[in-house]
Amino acid sequence: MSPPLLLGVEEEGQSNVSLMASSPSDCISQNVSGLQERNYLGLSDCSSVDSSAASSLPVDNKNKLNLKATELRLGLPGSESPEREPDLSLLSSGKLDEKPLFPLLPSKDGICPGSQKNVVSGNKRGFSDTMDRFSEVKSSVYTEKNWMFSVGPDSESPQSVGQGKFPGNSGMNPMVRPTGAQQAIMKEMAPNALERSRPAANGTHNKASASNNNMSAPAAKAQVVGWPPIRSFRKNSLATTSKNNDEVDGKPGPGALFIKVSMDGAPYLRKVDLRTYTNYGELSSALEKMFSCFTIGQCGSHEAPGREMLSESKLKDLLHGSEYVLTYEDKDGDWMLVGDVPWEMFIDSCKRLKIMKGSDAIGLAPRAMEKSKIRN
Amino acid sequence: MLKKMSYSSLPEDVLEHVFSFVQSDKDRNVISLVCKSWYEIERWCRRRIFVGNCYAVSPRMAIRRFPEVRSVELKGKPHFADFNLVPEGWGGYVYPWIRAMAGGYPWLEELKLKRMVVTDESLELIAKSLKNFKVLVLSSCEGFSTHGLAAIAADCKNLKELDLWESDVEDPSGNWLSKFPDTCTSLVSLNIACLGSEVSFSALERLVVRCPNLRTLRLNRAVPLEKLAHLLRQAPQLVELGTGTYSADLRPDIFSNLAGAFSGCKELKSLSGFWDVVPAYLPAVYSVCSGLTTLNLSYATIQSPDLIKLVSQCPKLQCLWVLDYIEDSGLEALAATCKDLRELRVFPSEPFGDEPNVSLTEQGLVLVSEGCPKLESVLYFCRRMSNDALVTIAKNRPSMIRFRLCIIDPQTPDYLTLEPLDVGFGAIVQHCKDLRRLSLSGLLTDRVFEYIGTYAKKLEMLSVAFAGESDLGLHHVLSGCDSLRKLEIMDCPFGDKALLANAAKLETMRSLWMSSCSVSFEACKLLGQKMPRLNVEVIDESGPPDSRPELPVKKLYIYRTVTGRRIDMPGFVWNVGEDSALRLS
Repeated sequence: MSPPLLLGVEEEGQSNVSLMASSPSDCISQNVSGLQERNYLGLSDCSSVDSSAASSLPVDNKNKLNLKATELRLGLPGSESPEREPDLSLLSSGKLDEKPLFPLLPSKDGICPGSQKNVVSGNKRGFSDTMDRFSEVKSSVYTEKNWMFSVGPDSESPQSVGQGKFPGNSGMNPMVRPTGAQQAIMKEMAPNALERSRPAANGTHNKASASNNNMSAPAAKAQVVGWPPIRSFRKNSLATTSKNNDEVDGKPGPGALFIKVSMDGAPYLRKVDLRTYTNYGELSSALEKMFSCFTIGQCGSHEAPGREMLSESKLKDLLHGSEYVLTYEDKDGDWMLVGDVPWEMFIDSCKRLKIMKGSDAIGLAPRAMEKSKIRN
Repeated sequence: MLKKMSYSSLPEDVLEHVFSFVQSDKDRNVISLVCKSWYEIERWCRRRIFVGNCYAVSPRMAIRRFPEVRSVELKGKPHFADFNLVPEGWGGYVYPWIRAMAGGYPWLEELKLKRMVVTDESLELIAKSLKNFKVLVLSSCEGFSTHGLAAIAADCKNLKELDLWESDVEDPSGNWLSKFPDTCTSLVSLNIACLGSEVSFSALERLVVRCPNLRTLRLNRAVPLEKLAHLLRQAPQLVELGTGTYSADLRPDIFSNLAGAFSGCKELKSLSGFWDVVPAYLPAVYSVCSGLTTLNLSYATIQSPDLIKLVSQCPKLQCLWVLDYIEDSGLEALAATCKDLRELRVFPSEPFGDEPNVSLTEQGLVLVSEGCPKLESVLYFCRRMSNDALVTIAKNRPSMIRFRLCIIDPQTPDYLTLEPLDVGFGAIVQHCKDLRRLSLSGLLTDRVFEYIGTYAKKLEMLSVAFAGESDLGLHHVLSGCDSLRKLEIMDCPFGDKALLANAAKLETMRSLWMSSCSVSFEACKLLGQKMPRLNVEVIDESGPPDSRPELPVKKLYIYRTVTGRRIDMPGFVWNVGEDSALRLS
């Protein structure tokens, strides 16, 4: 392999390293070609696959095919989670391949389909057009662990169609949908594109991209897990700092707010970034996907948009109707039922979340309602 | 007739004495390979061990080989756990090690942990079993609360150092600081900067007063500025100080009190903290600036003019951590003043914003590379870069050892030419022959990896995201980087071929992390089966990976080990090296 020439001299052509030829004999490349002929799929141990193997969380509600987007369902990792958000116009649900036990990674889709350079950034878009292998490939969906879902633009029309949300596949019980009507074929050769869209509801950082505006709706921007590489400690510290500086700057604090979510009976806890949600519904969907049965009631879903106060009767219904409820510890150290304060107030005061059995939470309801009444 | 004197016939204690001058692990390892007797002598006199991956070896094995160790350093989770890529519950538990060391190393003095899960139980066991325990460093750890700290405080009679660097500590109310007995006067270093809640100030003050050797004190945010002066006057011998919150009502008496206290600290070399900083109070530290070698302003949300004023008074500065508020103009001032600068880290103030909020570009870094002849370690977050700038930096600073560039938008090309940044990074690896650590960003093709494989012969750690085009990229790195120990990759189109073709290489490395790449499950299985001294772990929270073998594996962590599969894997981690069913119950 000839060393590439640097310092201004462009090297023409490709380096002609061939993988097999240049590998020393201590690699197993030779075996690879032989072994790859075998049918590994046939050897896969289907019997080892059972829903309880995936996790020790209680298994509930595996087969609801109810399509009501607002109904809270229980998506145990490893079990089928029914389709949600049918309002997403980009996604052809026909491609959705619902295997009985696993959340859905339809065979055509891939974790890293080829990249579609995101339209948000004008210069990247211009660049991507020059790279053949990129242009025809679908955008990949990257969502962070906190389940901010975003719609990727398809390659034909730069506008992102709809700012709806759909689950991504970054880790827990995802339902990955093929993006767009075009091929969502996994291209091994193409790099992954960052899918960057923020939910439209979060108006803070909306901006029109240089070219290829997403219609009139601001470009939504999601955060990829792990990027940019900033430690949670730093993110949380800066988030608190900017909250304190709000009056000075006049703009809302950016940054993440990671809090721990635990659940009775679950072997380990999770962390979620509260700033990636804009209402209780989003948080609840996300948590539902992370854990098994719980519900925080139909918060706001049957009410007028933005109305997030739970009425007294609703709270009672909630606790009697469900097995698990979502609670949080506020700044005073009190455990409260989630949903009794406006969202902004909630994320300001929430220190940690806990999914507990409804029966344990009965005692919280009166307090929540009292506090709620006081605030009213 | 004179008997020929050979090295191996030197008496043991002489050899041991000679070996005691050899501190580096690598050299010690080499010594142990010379011959059996040297192996034996060396193992009995090794006093510190560093285990870069706690799963590479079992505690029992370590203790058996090195019975007289006094200092242990362990690392747990993969580096990308810092960025939330590793789910909770993955592992990295220190308890098995502590349990083993409680019996095997009763005279252990130092324990340094990074990215490990430490429980209160572990801390209590340390406090109870290790009678000569002196140094506890918990860097980016989690799983413990102030209860555990209370146990350490109360029972470790000779504690010298307690450092909780950026750890996640549960803070149930409890006054753990006051658990340090009045007889404890041995503290040299206390870092509680990461603690979220208040500590008892009076307990803190009493502790500071009775520890005359205290040289490092890093306070947490809850310590108010008004009280800092008081503390400083009790400990004017401090060498390293982390302030608490650096804001207070603007009052001249507070200011003059603070300024006076600082001026009494003649030994101060390192400053950090500065949360919520009010610029008007910054001049209080001016009196110590001339001696400062380390300045961590990475939580200080102050603007460039104030930063420039501060930095311009620190000609001896060797290490600066700062937010991008410093802007190019501030970096220019830095380059003009701080000729001794070795390390620069510039963190983003608004990484999730769409638009740049500060005027920090590649120019700032170029200026520092020009003005600071000793610059060797860089971590730089910015929004644009050019090949020209990188080439310039490379040529300016061939002595660079660590170069970590994060262009915030993935796959950003050279902003001048719109080309990939291959040539720029290529220049870095070509000119900086001693480069040990490199993080890439921006638009990058396989070409950059060709450069890296060709030139980066001393590279030990490489971090890659959203780069490359094909398996060739990965192959270049694995086949060319002779010193590679850690490779971490996210969101790159690297698949099976390069991995399998370079399988043997993986045993020469500490670990490989690949997430959101194109590695198939079959390849993982093959690797696991063929390479018994590797643990090939697939992380998949949605179910057993073999149920969807046509899909690429989501997260893959491969590391060498002499102990086989680990027994503490959670439900979402599969070791795919076994022929039998993946999930052993």
